Parts: sequence; C-alpha cells; structure tokens
Amino acid sequence: MTKTDAFSIAGIDYSSRLLVGTGKYIDLNETKNAIETSGAQIVTVAIRRLKIGQNEEQQNLLDVISPDKYTILPNTAGCYDVESAVRTCRLARELLNGHDLIKLEVLGDEKTLFPDVPRTLEAAKQLIDDDFKVMVYTSDDPIMAKRFEEMGCVAVMPLAAPIGSGLGIRNPYNIRTIVENASVPILVDAGVGTASDAAIAMELGCDGVLMNTAIAQAKNPILMASAMRKAIESGREAYLAGRMSRRAYASASSPINGHFF
Amino acid sequence: MDVTLNGDACTIEQETTIEKLISNLAVEGKFAIEINQQIIPRSKYAETVIHLDDNIEIVQAIGGG
Repeated sequence: MTKTDAFSIAGIDYSSRLLVGTGKYIDLNETKNAIETSGAQIVTVAIRRLKIGQNEEQQNLLDVISPDKYTILPNTAGCYDVESAVRTCRLARELLNGHDLIKLEVLGDEKTLFPDVPRTLEAAKQLIDDDFKVMVYTSDDPIMAKRFEEMGCVAVMPLAAPIGSGLGIRNPYNIRTIVENASVPILVDAGVGTASDAAIAMELGCDGVLMNTAIAQAKNPILMASAMRKAIESGREAYLAGRMSRRAYASASSPINGHFF
Repeated sequence: MDVTLNGDACTIEQETTIEKLISNLAVEGKFAIEINQQIIPRSKYAETVIHLDDNIEIVQAIGGG
C-alpha cells in the first residue's frame, strides 16, 4: 500500500512523509544515524557564517548528509525580517548549486518563535518572484494557509505548537480544516513531541510532518527516529483506512445471538 | 587593507581576489560568499577583487530544523 502512496513536493515524489531537521544533535555521527534511521528523504539545514580558522579535519554537515542522497531543505531560521530571509535563501541557492527548494520562516518574537505572517507573506512573494520553490512555515490559520497556497507556495507547513516545545497538536480542528481546504501538501512543522503526536498529525490527513527537536532531544535519538518513522507510516495508513465512527456507548464485539448459557 | 570578514575586522593584501582569499583561509566544503550583500557566483571568484572596507560574508550549511 505505502509503496504506491508517494507524496510529491515541487514535482518530486517521496516515499517518506517524515521530514527532519539536523539541529541539536550531539555530533555529526549522531545526526547521520538518526536521519538514516528516520528514513527521511528531505532534510533541513540552517545557513550560518563559516567559522574561519577552525580545525580543518572537522567534517562538514553536507559531507554527512549528502545532497546526492537527500533533498536538502535550507531554512531561514532566525530571520525576523523579510530582507534577511530572502538573503538567506539566495545564499543557500548559491551554496547548493542552484537548488531552489527552501523552507521559509519569518519569526515574530524569540519567546514564541511564532511566525510573523504578514512578513512571511511578503518574503514568500519575493522568493516566488525570484523562482524559488517555497515551503512555508506559518500559523495554524486556515485562511492564511490558503493565501500561501494561492500565491504559489509548493507546501504549507502550519505549526502544531511552538518550535521546540514538544507540546503536540494544540489545535487539531484547525489543522484538519487546513488539510480539507488545501490542494498543495500540508505538513505539520514544529511542536511534535513524541510518536503519538506525529501519528495524530497524519491521522488528521496531513501529507507529512517536519520535526527536529522531538528526535534530537529524545534520551535516545536513534530509537526515537525509528519510532517517528513508524508513527508517520501508521498514522498515514490509519488516515487512508478511515477510522470507525465514535459512539457514546459500548457495542459488543462478539455476536449477541447463539448464547448457550 | 582593512575589510570585514564574517563580522570581524581583518587585514588583507591589496588586490586580493576571492579565489586568493579562500585559498589563504583554507576554506573547504560547500560555502557561498557575499560582498556587501551581493552574492559572488563561484565562477567569478578568480576575477573578483576585494576592496577596502568591503564586508565579506562566507556562509555554510549547518545543523538546523
């Protein structure tokens, strides 16, 4: 079943619906192992100043997470204004030899890391005009999600809860409404804390989930990467299977006829 | 000649090209370069000369979510 259930972002089919970040790991070896275990095919990275004069033997992230093997998704994390977000994307495109798929986030404040949606809209417009394929991090507002879709974003990624909070799906009804309205992939980005959260996102009909901290800050990140992979797959299968209807009272599973007692 | 390199004041020789600079710094791996917020394409490293007070940024991909 899952083999024929690929999802597509910007015209490329992926078999894994789990997208992962590369932040907060102890070292590159742990990053590599966790990401391999997760089965993710799309992997986010941040763009930052190169540390000059560093130990030459230190490995580079892209040596471990090779662009030949993974779709690298540069993010604009840490950007609070349109200009720095657009500038980050252009540097990322140069760094990755013209690769134009990016994760746009324009943040509102440091306490919540909630998106500044008006600025995100403006940055998305500039990036789409500059031929980027934009996967956009936004609030769980169905109207805004539709706006981003209409302007040409290739995926819309509402938060489930604040970035790095692990609070889970705080507003499942909004997420479901966003999914129902959408004709581009909808991915929950941010807020997942454990496997059941990921499964719930998928059961709501999301096309995928992007997470970082839930895996990287687990006590055993490799085991959690495995759990998340299964949660995404089972949540997806449950969504496709269609859950039973809820009822207020019991309904016996064994036949009520043929009693011999 | 004084320039700013990744936010720090730095002195380099006159007429230094980007190609020379990255060779001097022994920068490896994948990176991208801006001078005064203009991206310098890799194909222009050899011909791009750094000027006094230029603001040079060299960036790379690191772990992030």
